[in-house]
Amino acid sequence: MSVNAESLMQPNQKNGLFSWLKTWLTTVDHKKIAVLYLFGGGLFFLIGGIEAMLIRLQLTAPENHFLTGSAYNQVLTMHGTTMIFFVAMPMIFAFMNAVVPLQIGARDVAFPFVNALGFWLFFLGGIILNLSWFLGGAPEAGWTAYAPLSTEYLGRGMDFYVLGLQVAGAGTLMGGINFLVTIINMRAPGMTFMRMPLFTWTAFVTSALILFAFPALTVGLFEIFFDRLFGGNFFNATNGGNSIIFEHIFWIFGHPEVYILILPSFGILSEVISTFSKKRLFGYHSMVFATILIGFLAFMVWVHHMFTVGLGPIANTIFALATMAIAVPTGIKIFNWIFTMWGGQIRFTTANLYAVSFIPTFVMGGVTGVMLAIPAADFQFQDSYFVVAHFHYVIVGGVILGLFAGLYYWWPKMFGRCLNETLGKINFWFFFIGFHVTFFPQHFLGLMGMPRRYFTYLPGEHLTTLNVVSSIGAIGMAIGVITLVVNIVYTFVKGEKAEGDAWGTGRTLEWSIPSPAPEYNFAQTPLVKGIDTYWKEKMDGNKKVTAAEPLGDVHMPSPSIMPFLMSISLTIVSFGFIFSDKGVHRTVSFAVAGIGIAMMLGCMLVRSIKDDSGFHIHKEEIIETEKGMSK
Amino acid sequence: MKKWRQSLRLLPLFLAALALSGCGKEGVSALKPEGEVAKEQASLMLISLLIMIVVVLVVGFLFTYAMIKYRKRPGQEDYIPKQVEGNTKLELTWTIIPIILLCILAVPTISKTFALSDNNTSKKSDVLKIKVTGHQFWWEFEYPDQKITTAQDLYIPVGKKVEFDITSKDLIHAFWVPALGGKQDANPGQTNHLWLKADKEGTYKGRCAELCGSSHALMYFNVKAVSDKEFKHWVKDMKAGMKSAPDKDRVLTASAKQGEEVFKNNCMSCHAVGNKGGQIGPNLTNFADRDNIGGFEKHTKSEVKKWIKDPESIKPGAKMPKFGKKLTDDQINALADYLFTLSVKQ
Repeated sequence: MSVNAESLMQPNQKNGLFSWLKTWLTTVDHKKIAVLYLFGGGLFFLIGGIEAMLIRLQLTAPENHFLTGSAYNQVLTMHGTTMIFFVAMPMIFAFMNAVVPLQIGARDVAFPFVNALGFWLFFLGGIILNLSWFLGGAPEAGWTAYAPLSTEYLGRGMDFYVLGLQVAGAGTLMGGINFLVTIINMRAPGMTFMRMPLFTWTAFVTSALILFAFPALTVGLFEIFFDRLFGGNFFNATNGGNSIIFEHIFWIFGHPEVYILILPSFGILSEVISTFSKKRLFGYHSMVFATILIGFLAFMVWVHHMFTVGLGPIANTIFALATMAIAVPTGIKIFNWIFTMWGGQIRFTTANLYAVSFIPTFVMGGVTGVMLAIPAADFQFQDSYFVVAHFHYVIVGGVILGLFAGLYYWWPKMFGRCLNETLGKINFWFFFIGFHVTFFPQHFLGLMGMPRRYFTYLPGEHLTTLNVVSSIGAIGMAIGVITLVVNIVYTFVKGEKAEGDAWGTGRTLEWSIPSPAPEYNFAQTPLVKGIDTYWKEKMDGNKKVTAAEPLGDVHMPSPSIMPFLMSISLTIVSFGFIFSDKGVHRTVSFAVAGIGIAMMLGCMLVRSIKDDSGFHIHKEEIIETEKGMSK
Repeated sequence: MKKWRQSLRLLPLFLAALALSGCGKEGVSALKPEGEVAKEQASLMLISLLIMIVVVLVVGFLFTYAMIKYRKRPGQEDYIPKQVEGNTKLELTWTIIPIILLCILAVPTISKTFALSDNNTSKKSDVLKIKVTGHQFWWEFEYPDQKITTAQDLYIPVGKKVEFDITSKDLIHAFWVPALGGKQDANPGQTNHLWLKADKEGTYKGRCAELCGSSHALMYFNVKAVSDKEFKHWVKDMKAGMKSAPDKDRVLTASAKQGEEVFKNNCMSCHAVGNKGGQIGPNLTNFADRDNIGGFEKHTKSEVKKWIKDPESIKPGAKMPKFGKKLTDDQINALADYLFTLSVKQ
């Protein structure tokens, strides 16, 4: 039951749609969950992309009446929220699921059941949020949802935001804990921490950041929730609350969040550049050190989002210096990548095009980051299009380029087929050039006096030309993304079958097993002899990685529908609270929420009582499977 | 890679130079600073930009060189590059040089941040104090020493330090006049401080920079920097206007007289003229002297009539109710005539 094109695209002929659905709803296999994350995130990516196009369409002309006021605020809020929480996050989890267990020589993650639960919570959280479009309007306070705008001035859309993110956030937190435990406990013999591939390292640090950052979001969302539903007054200044507190809570989560997003992309880059330069990663130790340092500093800089709040020059300069310090480990990484290519033999596959184009793009986003760290100058930059340009350079030019590199790089390992290179290159050039044309002019728009989150600008303020250029660039990006979708469909239908070592120069353990990986991953747990252990074995003339155990039966966890049911229960709870208006209506909606909570507790009870020790794949079966698989 | 990509690397430098040589409209753009604060900030931007351009060029050069020199050429299939572990000297170099660059940048960062936040060193007589209050979606300006309250058009004298006490009546706004200096949040229940100085007479566009609802994008105001003499004159006129009740000292046409009645019966619960009326909406004492309706529309009778009939058609989410059905066209015409007599200029 490996993940491949056939099983994904069409239901099993014998058992029909029901069986296909059952497979995907009940799976606890990290490789299948990776596919779910990838396509779940992909779906939201298309929705968020359409929202971005609507924004650019509105801003193409001054005083345009296409999308104004509240409607525009809804679109911009949903664009930001979707792209951060429901695109970047699941894509990262997709690759962590698909790759980390394979890179450390494990057969699954530490908690396969929790892994599935994490996915379904994320997915239904996204569905809850997006249903707001059809049930009275989307949230409109920006992805930051500052109080008291979000608590006292807006309607039901904000309840969708609070509960959708709360559900999805719980899933993310579980995922983070799961990967921490997996990486600490499930490494193959010989896979010491300082032999772990860099993507696994970044997944590890990212998971740690999730563990410490997401609880802050949970608390902030609960406070908004109480303010909105029960008159909590946490953020109501007239009743003794303080709205600044929410900004602190949000950014104590929010800043680590952007590093949660970028670190795995750093990891992907380290893998891709090294593989396609046919060289080991330059300065592995300093790369690991830089990753940890960035993760550590992530929690010390949140006030740079709040320089104009009025915290005073002392607080502002302390956080300014901490922020600048981050440039040092990031610089170390950039130079290490360049020197990985130095003296190597660089192949420009689509994956590597995305990876190398990341370097100059991210440097540009990084230097504007240092500029933004200067409080006195930031008073001009803050909340202007300069900031919009900066964070799109680091999130699209950084996170997304990295994720696309990973997509092309690991697609054969996930699906057994290589994405088409010609379509891939068309996709890359449209997306890359379109990206720069869209966002480079926005630096200047900001300095010329255009604040972010403006649904329009006045004619005669010299803002029109650059806005038009920006919108034209967005069309380029859209063409790039459409080409990617075409490529994916084409590959499922006609794609070339991939070998185990799909690129021929694979270095890490995932390339030592067939593509796609069999259900049990490794027929025999590998013995790791050093950094890039598969490359070492190849250089020593071995076709296979040395095994650490004799061939035997493999124990597997059973599939379960419980994660899906639990997530449905929490969705019911959410809808109960979302529709709890004051008055008679309230009793009904609280009853609905109560039913959801009861269902959740019921599921937990069943899960606790039912004794499920999984199943075994027998030795003979494994030998049979290994024979039949492409190598 | 191809040669043209190399020249592409220089594009940011070129565009940055172009931008800093003066991009945007005077009175609107932070790149055309017209006051001490904005000029200091622009110079900080320039210093940081120059350091950053050096960084981008160094990285860009190494990157481009590596990509071209070490690309795979045909017939090299079996070549295995040397597997280099690292290089302590090189790694130390690119750790230490950025630290030095950041230390250099930290000096102006710290000194300018403190200098621009410095509020209470000047003698009281040297500064003008103004209290700014943000509302959904308009700005209220109070001159506590002069006892003047106005809205939307902010008068300041050229060359004098103006200290703003910024707060909000409802939710978080941010007070920003790009050509004069950086922004400061207007938080409910808290007062922030900011000082600005205009070097040149003229009108500077101000705006809200923190998402505050449907018409966040339309929360403009005008800063009118005038000569000291003119400012004193304006203060005198405004003081007179603030003291007198609206019906005194004015010669009104029949239509404006009718409009005054309409105003008293419908508008005064929220809007004040002189010292009479509510404080919920903008004070209209010098309404006829203002530059725009609602902060951005043309200052004409037809626009003000459109506003009275349906404020939300101009500013979505505006708090003022629609008067299109409550008042007849005649009454609205009369009201507009009356509003255009509200001038303090003498």
